[in-house]
Amino acid sequence: MSGSEWLLLFSGVVAGATPILLAALGETLTEKAGVINLSLDGTILLAAMVAFAVAFETQSAFLGCIAACLVGALVAAAVGLFSLKLGQSQVAVGFVLTLTARDLAYFLGNPYARLHGPQFSSVPIPILSDIPVLGPVLFQHNWMVYAGLGMIVLCWAYIYRTPMGLRLRAVGEDPRAAFARGENPVRLQWIYTLCGGFLVGAAGAAFSLFVKPGWGRPQGAEGTGWIALALVIFGGWHPMRAAAGAYLFSFLQVLGIYFQGWIPTVPAQVFQVAPFPLMIFTLLIIAYAQRTTIPREDRHRLRLKALLEVFSGAAPSALGKPLRPGSL
Amino acid sequence: MAVFGFTTGILMLAGAPPMEAYGLLLKGSLGSGKKVGAVLTAWVPLTLCAVGLLYTFRIALWNIGVEGQMIMGAVFATAVLRWGVESRLPLFYLILAFPAAALGGGLWAMGAGLLKTKGGVHEIFAGLGLNFVAQGILLYLIFGPWKRPGVASMSGTAPFPPELWLSSVSGVRLSPEGVFLAAAALAVTVWMFRYSRLGLVFKAAGNNPTAVMLFGEKPGRYMILAMVLAGAFAGLAGGVQVAGVYHRLIPSISSNYGYLALLVVMLSNYRVALVPAVAFFFACLNVGGIQLPMVLKIDSSLAGVIQGAWVLAALAAVAWLRKEGRPEEAR
Repeated sequence: MSGSEWLLLFSGVVAGATPILLAALGETLTEKAGVINLSLDGTILLAAMVAFAVAFETQSAFLGCIAACLVGALVAAAVGLFSLKLGQSQVAVGFVLTLTARDLAYFLGNPYARLHGPQFSSVPIPILSDIPVLGPVLFQHNWMVYAGLGMIVLCWAYIYRTPMGLRLRAVGEDPRAAFARGENPVRLQWIYTLCGGFLVGAAGAAFSLFVKPGWGRPQGAEGTGWIALALVIFGGWHPMRAAAGAYLFSFLQVLGIYFQGWIPTVPAQVFQVAPFPLMIFTLLIIAYAQRTTIPREDRHRLRLKALLEVFSGAAPSALGKPLRPGSL
Repeated sequence: MAVFGFTTGILMLAGAPPMEAYGLLLKGSLGSGKKVGAVLTAWVPLTLCAVGLLYTFRIALWNIGVEGQMIMGAVFATAVLRWGVESRLPLFYLILAFPAAALGGGLWAMGAGLLKTKGGVHEIFAGLGLNFVAQGILLYLIFGPWKRPGVASMSGTAPFPPELWLSSVSGVRLSPEGVFLAAAALAVTVWMFRYSRLGLVFKAAGNNPTAVMLFGEKPGRYMILAMVLAGAFAGLAGGVQVAGVYHRLIPSISSNYGYLALLVVMLSNYRVALVPAVAFFFACLNVGGIQLPMVLKIDSSLAGVIQGAWVLAALAAVAWLRKEGRPEEAR
């Protein structure tokens, strides 16, 4: 491959990673506060459908994106209502919502299937896009890609560098202690569940408004919500590492297209499932790295040690364990 | 009532006459003997999968991999049946297909169980990942080694000769053996949970693994056993679909029943007594939904929306009833 082809490939990786990046960041934010929103896969589809429908009716991609974000927050509000308010299992509610939101998207989106609608167009950033290599890869995209890039830094800075972020982490680690310090854990969990849902909604818009433009059944976004959930674990609940995971995943997806060209006898459907065994494999490594007792002889192997350090990072202690309503 | 209001709102939003849609759902599922037969055909795999899930929920595992377990059951059953083509003992292979299907589903579930207990991978991700892998294997087989002579197509493998089919009620693809299998699964499970020691250990290990460990039992081993049982039931469901309904292996052999079964069990509030009725209701919605696109030009996924709304309403109702009580642990 020539230099310009490589640039094109990496530019595609950066753009293609945007939806999964936004979803993983949103979920990281929610899980940092101790809440699991398992409805990602359905939420992304529903948001993608709404984004396309609104953009089609108003001929404005921007309004479509806003509507998608609100839908994402709405589904997250349902998760909050059932788990934070009614004390039901977050996993159960999330799972039901992911199926229901998907079917709702197919049902309501039926009239918009296979239509041509507005898309986000590229807006190269004036001076930055002229930088060799980095310019074409990072700064010749549409504004949603830029928003995704900016969101990585914003999330990291917010969680680890601001007093609000400290309170967020405190609630996720030990809501009782946070309560004793004068916080309102349930209110904070509500806020971050909604914020996370907002970003997941944006991920849906990124799908139907430029990565896989349009709506249909299947749309092509199916399954990404689950990968985003896995990426949060992969990233050790750290936004930067979750983002790295999103780019790695996008890179592998692009590679898959090339592989398909090299081995044409294997049907295309087989390559589409390739990310999932990979996901299980990385989760295995992470679980091994996060185990407290790693066999002593393994610790001496330097390469393994370096690998394990990359994957260390623990879940928020109170993740998925809601405070009993009225127990404080 | 809330469910009714919600669905009616959704229908109006889609610009469809709500009453007509409900009428169609009812007529499309219970309107004639043939339709009821179709409902029962869907009821069999749904009940088998749901019964299996009762075991894993009892031990507090989220077996989300039912879909993949059903697929592997279908694949194993197909392998045996392909073997039986042109043999002199078709009945032998037809019977053998069912233990093979249970084995296929059980092994696949064991994979997720081992990943959970030995590998520390959460069962949701293990199960889900394996679902997609099973789908990949299925497609590979249909388009690769098992393809129809000449053309590989989405319509599946070449159909088996009729001597390798389960019997069927005339006019519908409902096999009495399938119904019997589902009913037997229900009976065994009722007995297991009510009278057997194993059923008790499952429940104990689900509620308090540490206590079970102190009593000298290994919770991890029981988790794997529960997974294998669940997988075996799901595998049987796959076997019924192959030998009794489609008479070949098709890409959509699991027809989403694996995921739907999770909803069935949740709406039954994890109680075996309610499973057959809820499964019947869901099967009605699924079969009734088939006509919606043709008559009202709306998508058949309405059935899924109604099912989801019911489960959400049930979750809310349960929370309401035990408002004072202790919220259940994450299941």
